[in-house]
Amino acid sequence: MNKFKGIAHKFGDNIDTDLIIPARYLNTHEWEELAQHVMEDADKTFVKRFKKGGFIVGGENFGCGSSREHAPIAIKAAGVSAVIAKSFARIFYRNAINIGLPILESPEAVDKIKEGQEIEVDLATGTIYDLTSDKFYKAQPFPEFMQKIIAAGGLINYLKNR
Amino acid sequence: MSQTITQKILAKHCGKKEVSPGELINCRIDLCLGNDITAPPAIKEFEKIGVKKVFDKKKIYLVPDHFTPAKDIKSAMQVKMMKDFAKKYGIVNFFEIGCMGVEHALLPEMGAIKPGYLVIGADSHTCTYGALGAFSTGVGSTDLAAAMATGEVWLKVPEQLKFIFTGKLPKWVEAKDLILYTIGKIGVDGARYMSMEFTGPVIDRLSIEGRMTMANMAIEAGGKNGIFAPDKKVVEYLKRHAATCRGMTLTASDPDAEYKEIYEWNISGIEPQVSFPHLPSNTKPVSKCKSVKIDQSVIGSCTNGRIEDLRVAAKVLKGRQRHKDVRLLIIPATQNIYEQAMKEGLFNIFLKAGAAISTPTCGPCLGGHMGILARGERAIATTNRNFVGRMGHPESEVYLSNVAVAAASAVAGRIVSPEDL
Repeated sequence: MNKFKGIAHKFGDNIDTDLIIPARYLNTHEWEELAQHVMEDADKTFVKRFKKGGFIVGGENFGCGSSREHAPIAIKAAGVSAVIAKSFARIFYRNAINIGLPILESPEAVDKIKEGQEIEVDLATGTIYDLTSDKFYKAQPFPEFMQKIIAAGGLINYLKNR
Repeated sequence: MSQTITQKILAKHCGKKEVSPGELINCRIDLCLGNDITAPPAIKEFEKIGVKKVFDKKKIYLVPDHFTPAKDIKSAMQVKMMKDFAKKYGIVNFFEIGCMGVEHALLPEMGAIKPGYLVIGADSHTCTYGALGAFSTGVGSTDLAAAMATGEVWLKVPEQLKFIFTGKLPKWVEAKDLILYTIGKIGVDGARYMSMEFTGPVIDRLSIEGRMTMANMAIEAGGKNGIFAPDKKVVEYLKRHAATCRGMTLTASDPDAEYKEIYEWNISGIEPQVSFPHLPSNTKPVSKCKSVKIDQSVIGSCTNGRIEDLRVAAKVLKGRQRHKDVRLLIIPATQNIYEQAMKEGLFNIFLKAGAAISTPTCGPCLGGHMGILARGERAIATTNRNFVGRMGHPESEVYLSNVAVAAASAVAGRIVSPEDL
């Protein structure tokens, strides 16, 4: 299952890990608990409004700040299909790949997709399809080594297979 | 091919003669670390791998410092999980309160970090150790789990940026101001995925502690690592702190190494810098901040909680009192620093000034505990981040500064330089 359809939720540039999951909730690493507070300080209504399968669309430098893996975990546990951004901060990028949260870099898609629009993402081809305007956008492909980690379902499974 | 110091360290750790930016490599690590927020998920992942032992019992550092002394039952459970894990696998370097410290102050102080080392830590400020000429970078918990099992990490060789500082540090301008100034100039993603190499006559004169303050905040510009070529001062530092200097590699960038960008700044005319909410890059000179009233001043953290910092605070606070509406928190970063400050009589000055002195903890820096802000409150802090809600309520504000400014502001009740007292 590599294709996901859902609603796009837009955020700005430099969405830091404190906005994604504030430190006041980091005394736990339980996925479900973290999911209840995802994006809380960026948008208090997000958790209520969000329907499983939807997407987070961010600007430049998404996930900057702390190394907390709780950030991609909270996003994944909330049922977000993928994060699309113009660029990702490097630790968030690694963490997302390592835990198997799909991420796509496409400045064009981020500029064109509007809040609340329905989009479809094909992870196998890295294509983002905007159903409202009937337009396709292509995300930057991952290097082969990272594709192997993603295909294994994250770093731990990749290591187990090795 | 000419190589930078970062490239040389990476090449050595992946068994190659040289590496190029963009190359994906698998590196052997010299050391890895985790704290009470990041280690528990790493432990959970580690157990899934199915290995019977850790790669090296002496090369894993577990430092519960964020929510410690445990602020609630959940935090206590996380620390206990680390303690049990350390016992189960015979991990030597587990530090509880009483002998612990803020991780990035503690490890260099113990002599654990040596020039030429490759270090990963499940904490974004792991980049601090570049001050000692090590390649060190922050990773997540799964990376830490994998490293604890295999002793290896995958890395992308970063592009290189060079920062040359010339001139002379003006009065009350500290290493912190150099890094805030840098971030102000290049932005919070100005060094995204890149290595930041700091050099120049100002850097040569800087103490190791000052260099740690700078390397610490490389991540706030998006950098993968911050690094300084190890010099005599580093060797002297190691002689003071490490049991042996064995295992260190003194190396420097080749003169004709390639950089994506070289920045050169004469800093003789700069003022202490203040980062306004909500990004470290929103910097202003301190003279432009006088109307900003504060409710709290925090002096400490992995950025500015070392003995040198506490001495600056004491210099400003001696014979003075905090403003009646300001809470002043001083947090020595390690147990040794705490003891040293006490011996030097700094605590008397702090206590007379009306400060609360805390046992080492990251506490308020990340809005964990020990000094949380209420709605609408404002703090000046020597810490490293001023994101929304960083020190407490999402509608509170954090201003970042050097130690002298944080101390002076506690006295004035608004953001000022010691010159203005």
